[in-house]
Amino acid sequence: MAAGGLLGQGMLTRVAERLAMASESRNAENLGAKNLIILWMQGGPSQLETFDPHAGSAIGGETKAIATSAPGVMIANTLPRTAEIMHRATLVRSLVSKEGDHERATYNMKTGWRPDPTLIHPAIGAVLCHQTENNIEIPRHISILSNEWPARGGYMGSVLDAFQIGDPQNPLPNLKSYTDPLVFETRMNDLRDVVEKEFRRGRLRDLDQAKTLHEASTVRARTMMASEQIKAFDISLEAANIIQSFGDTPFGRGCLAAVRLIEQGVRCVEVELNGWDTHIDNYSLQSKRCEVLDAGLHALMTQLEERGLLKQTIVMCGGEFGRTPKINVAGGRDHWPTGFSTFLAGGPFRAGHVHGQTTHEALVKGKDPITGVRDAMKVEDLHATLLHAFGIDFSKELQTPIGRPLTLSAGKVVQSLFV
Amino acid sequence: MANEKIPPFLLEPPPVLPASPPLRPKPATQRWKKRLLFVCMGMFLLAGVGWATSPRPKLLRDTDSISIDRDSTMVSVAAQIDLAMDDAIAAKELHQASRADWRTVGRRISLALIGNGLSLEEIRVLEQVPEDERALWWTEYLLRDRRSSDYLAERWTRATVGTNNGPFLLFRRRKYVDWLADHFEKNSPYDQLVRDILTAKGSWTDSPQVNFLTATMDDADNSKPDVIRLAGRTSRAFLSQRIDCLQCHHDYLGKVSFSNELNVPLESRTGEQADFHQLAAFFSGVRMDNPFVGLRNSAPQYTYTYLNEDAESRVEPNVPYRRDLLPAAGDARHRLASWVTHPENKAFARATVNRMWGVLFGKPLIEPIDSIPISGPFPPGLELLSDDFAKNGYNLHRLIKTIICTEVFQRDSRIGDEPVDAEHEAHWAVFPLTQLRPEQVAASIHQACRIKAIDESSSILSQLELFGGVNDFTKAYGDRGEDEFEAQSVTIPQRLLVMNGAYVSERIQNNPVANAATRIAELSSNDPTAVESAYLSTLNRNPTGEELDAFCDRLRDTRGMSRSQAMSNIFWTLINSTEFQWNH
Repeated sequence: MAAGGLLGQGMLTRVAERLAMASESRNAENLGAKNLIILWMQGGPSQLETFDPHAGSAIGGETKAIATSAPGVMIANTLPRTAEIMHRATLVRSLVSKEGDHERATYNMKTGWRPDPTLIHPAIGAVLCHQTENNIEIPRHISILSNEWPARGGYMGSVLDAFQIGDPQNPLPNLKSYTDPLVFETRMNDLRDVVEKEFRRGRLRDLDQAKTLHEASTVRARTMMASEQIKAFDISLEAANIIQSFGDTPFGRGCLAAVRLIEQGVRCVEVELNGWDTHIDNYSLQSKRCEVLDAGLHALMTQLEERGLLKQTIVMCGGEFGRTPKINVAGGRDHWPTGFSTFLAGGPFRAGHVHGQTTHEALVKGKDPITGVRDAMKVEDLHATLLHAFGIDFSKELQTPIGRPLTLSAGKVVQSLFV
Repeated sequence: MANEKIPPFLLEPPPVLPASPPLRPKPATQRWKKRLLFVCMGMFLLAGVGWATSPRPKLLRDTDSISIDRDSTMVSVAAQIDLAMDDAIAAKELHQASRADWRTVGRRISLALIGNGLSLEEIRVLEQVPEDERALWWTEYLLRDRRSSDYLAERWTRATVGTNNGPFLLFRRRKYVDWLADHFEKNSPYDQLVRDILTAKGSWTDSPQVNFLTATMDDADNSKPDVIRLAGRTSRAFLSQRIDCLQCHHDYLGKVSFSNELNVPLESRTGEQADFHQLAAFFSGVRMDNPFVGLRNSAPQYTYTYLNEDAESRVEPNVPYRRDLLPAAGDARHRLASWVTHPENKAFARATVNRMWGVLFGKPLIEPIDSIPISGPFPPGLELLSDDFAKNGYNLHRLIKTIICTEVFQRDSRIGDEPVDAEHEAHWAVFPLTQLRPEQVAASIHQACRIKAIDESSSILSQLELFGGVNDFTKAYGDRGEDEFEAQSVTIPQRLLVMNGAYVSERIQNNPVANAATRIAELSSNDPTAVESAYLSTLNRNPTGEELDAFCDRLRDTRGMSRSQAMSNIFWTLINSTEFQWNH
């Protein structure tokens, strides 16, 4: 790939050269986005019960469609408050992937790559942290309410794994020493001056920096324990009406914590809401989840706007796949990765815009489901687009631990999503 | 001082607790019975501590039946490996480490075979075995302990099936692990084990090895396993050949190469897409028409559209190299299994040796663990061990013992005070430093904070506490999944978990019944003995003079609760050290 690039450059005409240089600078151009909030809907939210209703059709089920603040854009009546902020959103209705298994599809959506047995790809939050710098005393990649498959650093290193926390109304785990400060100080001093000193003898020069990072991580952990910045996790410091606006749910509180953490300088926060895997009783179960999502998403967007953070923060809301247009015998919908929805907002994304469309053609017997998707967008293209929005050159290759050079994304930028 | 043992505590009178003021006067006989009960309980407790910490404790079960396998061929192979390694080290003009302390070697063996360090009880037992026999004796002991079979089975499951949960309805990971453990316990020939896996059929509940195939199935399409994933997994897990890239394109990076048949000048050819898909084709006849019957075989039928082709091609099963070893006739998967495990298919033995070396050392001979060049070059030791492994019926226990017998395995991880560099580790001039796995950290913490070994004979409560605690801890610490041999460094959440988490605090706080810290604090006859016991329990070594002075200073003039607290602090410090959380 690299050889081809070099050869290509040698053969460019003058005009092409200038075009290439312009393209290069656009790649490096900062489109204004710095931070990422992912509202992760684990289980597969139904596009038909959320952002792509087909009310009144053979596949629409019980869901009705309502108008939104974006002219011509209708979403499900399960998200009334979200309808009020759709004028700020870009809605992708045509995402497609080849993964119908929860774990594999989650991996695919979080990393932009399909699972590879020889390599663990980093989640997009890890990539963002790896490619940017800012100096804060708390982790820059955080996951709230993460369940089975948290965001990982992958081949970029476990130091970029998301720092996991639960419901923000509970104290942060493991951040306070259970002994008094004097005892803690004694322990730390003995660790450093007695035990670690002996262990370092006769080993690698600069053992800690070169290999283990054990002592360095201990120091950083201690810094975090004493840092004022951990107040960013404490949502009780917000006004009561603001807390209330997010809804009295762990997810709602997680969304509020995400705003505070972004404000503090955290680069990527993921907040999980699970329970979307509705193989039975789809309408009722999806509606219940939407109630929680609706309050959280609306309040999140409102607070980001009011705090002046929306321009520099991209919000992405979606799950690992959608659900089947056909309702099964148990009143449920099953897994459907061919035409599902993702909500995007903030940064350089085009407000009030809809990309792609799904039709009823998928139901026609014998036809490939992809025929029911207009302007299909692959998951890797979504990731390429996001990385581009952060000003990251996703086409540059990194050397992975297995000796294989790999770009940050294998997708293409969908320019029509930007302003 | 280093060899001073904790004296028996039976000589010290047990404390007699005052009776609580009764609400109403009790008969004299009732008061007497109550006092007798307290005295008996106290005696029992002290007897237990005395037994566990006395210089001549009761041996672990079945130790009398342990005899060392003095197979001279095994010793000879180990010596040849050492010679080859020494030559490579000398060629690089490196110094090499001398033999490590036997407790350190014992710790390595325990970590590799059962996932935690030595207990104080086990150290006391090993002290009674002649020093030059301790490593092999301990290995023999653990190989008979079901814990080692279970632990190795879990590690092997990661390599063969992965860490994914798999399809909910079609996969039973626990059954697969248990099946593997049964075979490891019996020391079944490994080649037969792999043939059983590759040719498995029937239900995944009745024939647990079938789970190797059903792990790749999809709940949405449960008619057949994923031949692509099976091809990749077979190649990596059993042959250490990473040919996954060939799924999509020929190998333009020169990463995959195959040799021609033996007895012709070795020529490498680069891998092609057909190599991957022809391997996948062996699995294409596997079907599940009836979930009650499970998987069955039918004729292979596989088509694929190769890169730059317009139409699908029918792909016949074939192997990427040594085609002369593939049986001409028979069921497709049986042919594949025969080829994979053929004695002349040396990749099979090399793959197994490399993985076992990785389990024992924390780092494989060749990295990545599942990518060994077909035609070499090979590091010193690999061919010797592989040939011996194949020649001796693919005997895993023998392989483990042979490796442990080598000087390389028993070498120290440092050379006096002289700093080492990456070259020393790369050439095995020192034992490599590798981070413990999450479950090893959890189990080691649990074991270090108990004086007795947590094994099959332990109370169910103790085992449940270990099992449940390890699972919760591992989840918080972060499981690395399949990439368990990739070098990783410590993270802040991991440090916070061990520094401030309940898992550690519960095990070092004042608790005279369960916690070693409290018992050592209360019952050691003097400060140096107490510090030594703490070091032996946690780091499996004696303290240096400087460490002894520093921590005796912490214990000086402490009594009762303050002494217990001081010992808790020492345990915390040792558990939070690099030394405790790394293998060395």
